[in-house]
Amino acid sequence: MEPTSEGTRACTAKVDGILERYCRKPEALVSILHDVQKEAGYLSEETITQIASGLDVPVSKVYGVATFYSLFSTRPKGRYIIRVCENAPCHVLGAKAVVDALERELGIPMGGTTSDGKFTLEYTSCLGVCGVAPAIMINEAVYGNLTPERVPLILKEYK
Amino acid sequence: MLEGCKGVREALIAEVKRQGLDKEVKVVETGCLGPCDLGPVIVIYPEGTLYQKVQVSDVPEIVEQHLLKGRVVRRLVGEAPQAGVVTYEEPTYLGVQERIVLRNCGVIDPESIEEYIARDGYRALARCLTEMKPADVIEAVRKSGLVGRGGAAFPTGLKWSFTAKAEADQKYILCNADEGEPGTFKDRLILEGDPHSILEGMAIAGYAVGADKGFIYVRGEYVLSIERLTKAIEQARALGLLGSDILGSGFSFDVEIRKGAGAYVCGEETALIESIEGKRGEPRVKPPYPGTEGLFGKPTVVNNVETIANIPPILLNGPDWFRKFGTERCPGTKVFTLTGDINNKGLIEVPMGITLRRVIYDIGGGIPGGKGFKMAQTGGTSGGCLPRELLDVPMDYFTLPEHGSALGSGALLIMDDSHCIVDIAECFMRFFEHESCGKCTPCREGTARLREIVARIARGEGRPGDLELLDELGSVMQASSLCGLGQAAPVPIKTMLRYFRDEFESHINEKRCPTGTCGI
Repeated sequence: MEPTSEGTRACTAKVDGILERYCRKPEALVSILHDVQKEAGYLSEETITQIASGLDVPVSKVYGVATFYSLFSTRPKGRYIIRVCENAPCHVLGAKAVVDALERELGIPMGGTTSDGKFTLEYTSCLGVCGVAPAIMINEAVYGNLTPERVPLILKEYK
Repeated sequence: MLEGCKGVREALIAEVKRQGLDKEVKVVETGCLGPCDLGPVIVIYPEGTLYQKVQVSDVPEIVEQHLLKGRVVRRLVGEAPQAGVVTYEEPTYLGVQERIVLRNCGVIDPESIEEYIARDGYRALARCLTEMKPADVIEAVRKSGLVGRGGAAFPTGLKWSFTAKAEADQKYILCNADEGEPGTFKDRLILEGDPHSILEGMAIAGYAVGADKGFIYVRGEYVLSIERLTKAIEQARALGLLGSDILGSGFSFDVEIRKGAGAYVCGEETALIESIEGKRGEPRVKPPYPGTEGLFGKPTVVNNVETIANIPPILLNGPDWFRKFGTERCPGTKVFTLTGDINNKGLIEVPMGITLRRVIYDIGGGIPGGKGFKMAQTGGTSGGCLPRELLDVPMDYFTLPEHGSALGSGALLIMDDSHCIVDIAECFMRFFEHESCGKCTPCREGTARLREIVARIARGEGRPGDLELLDELGSVMQASSLCGLGQAAPVPIKTMLRYFRDEFESHINEKRCPTGTCGI
């Protein structure tokens, strides 16, 4: 979303539409946050406030839920989110070397976003593809059987 | 899917068409066949020839030689036994498997309700609705001896009977598909490979306890599972196998999907319920248990995906049939996921009570690279680590706890002798520190302190008394944490201290790593 007033208005309308789709039921909050984040990229302070008043619940409740789950973000992220698994099955098969290669190739530490706003690098919970560990996920695409050598080749697809 | 499968599928369809075989050959995208590390895998029926590591460039040869001329492409069938060709029904290393839960995975097109029905799908539901009273259904499940496959091993029939007895205007069936235990991907592959078996099992549970509404709580990361479940629900509704007055019986049942948002703790049943209610996924204090007071305060059955997948075959074939598999105390099969340092990684289903040795060496093909076996962690990151001396212990829900471990979700992480015990322990403890939800103090503080202590041992700054401290802290967490997360977090470290204590001691006392791999 562009931070222009027109962009803001469009965003407000979209969030309103999502709230309407769930009949403004507070128990649909997790689903609502999923949909809003898909539209807006992340959950900004303004959106969280709007959702809270739309559902008639305290802002703290919406913020509490938004920050509890790792798939939600209250900060803008890169266009491509690279989620790296470093859980035991990936760790055993050399995930650390893959992490090092990603950090080196992108020039950012884990948790960081490239200055052009293209890539965000972060850890993820187990992706459930341990049969092809070590694995990463770029947006919704999963890559398995990784080696440090394959990292630049995969990143090239997105650069 | 990951290793270029989509390209192979497209090439196969194009090539079959080019050779004019498209009227005789149907290319079907199935659920997982099991051997993940051999992918992409193709099975050609009727005989079931299994081709491994197929590349787009191999496709013309397979079509021309196999489909057109009836010759098997030997270079792609792997290490065949004397008999010649490895088939999917009986490949060498899948030989000791019994497929109950995975009966349809890799065999049917998961997006086709017709194919599910053709393999006796929805027959168990029809039998329940037309020939059995709800109490008979519960009795059959109780008699089968089925226990929960999510890890807690609670008797399923007993669980259902609590909810059946509870008086309420509304009851719910929840399918726990929030599979977050590292190393576990069985539920994903069941959902992707046979989604209708879950819908049928849930409907049977609903009939048994008097619930007309079900929710499947799926991890947000499982994009394909959600997609296939959504399709399956639409198909079942269209045929009147979900919805009101199913098969004219007067029984109504419908299912909705709820998407998780990335929180390991939501695999805990009360945290999962909180999440469906739109809250932070923090576990509730028990009792009351969900069976009597669950979702929106109503009586709720929460069952794991694999547990539910067992329900239709049990009702169709009877409890005595089910008891033929596995052990007396723990009947049936278990789906395991083999990960780590093992030749054949992937998904297997074997009789309950099989030994680690058989799984690793007969089915898993042993340890790669000529290295030795060091330990296996059973039950995922919250399970214990077993040394070589325990390779012959039968794996079931009652025997493994006697050795300080757990069967849990069925994840098996195999580690060879090149790994440093302290480095692995630190990896486990990082996980729990991150996933603790922070609601109760023993878990929130305990997981952080466990990680700190192990980290300083790994850095060569371990102090005398650290190992006793880890043991004591672990015991306090097990006794006082609110939910399974905090109670299980010390399990891996406690078993490592029990079986590999000398390795920790040399890190502390001699500042030396016996494997020379952890950089101390």
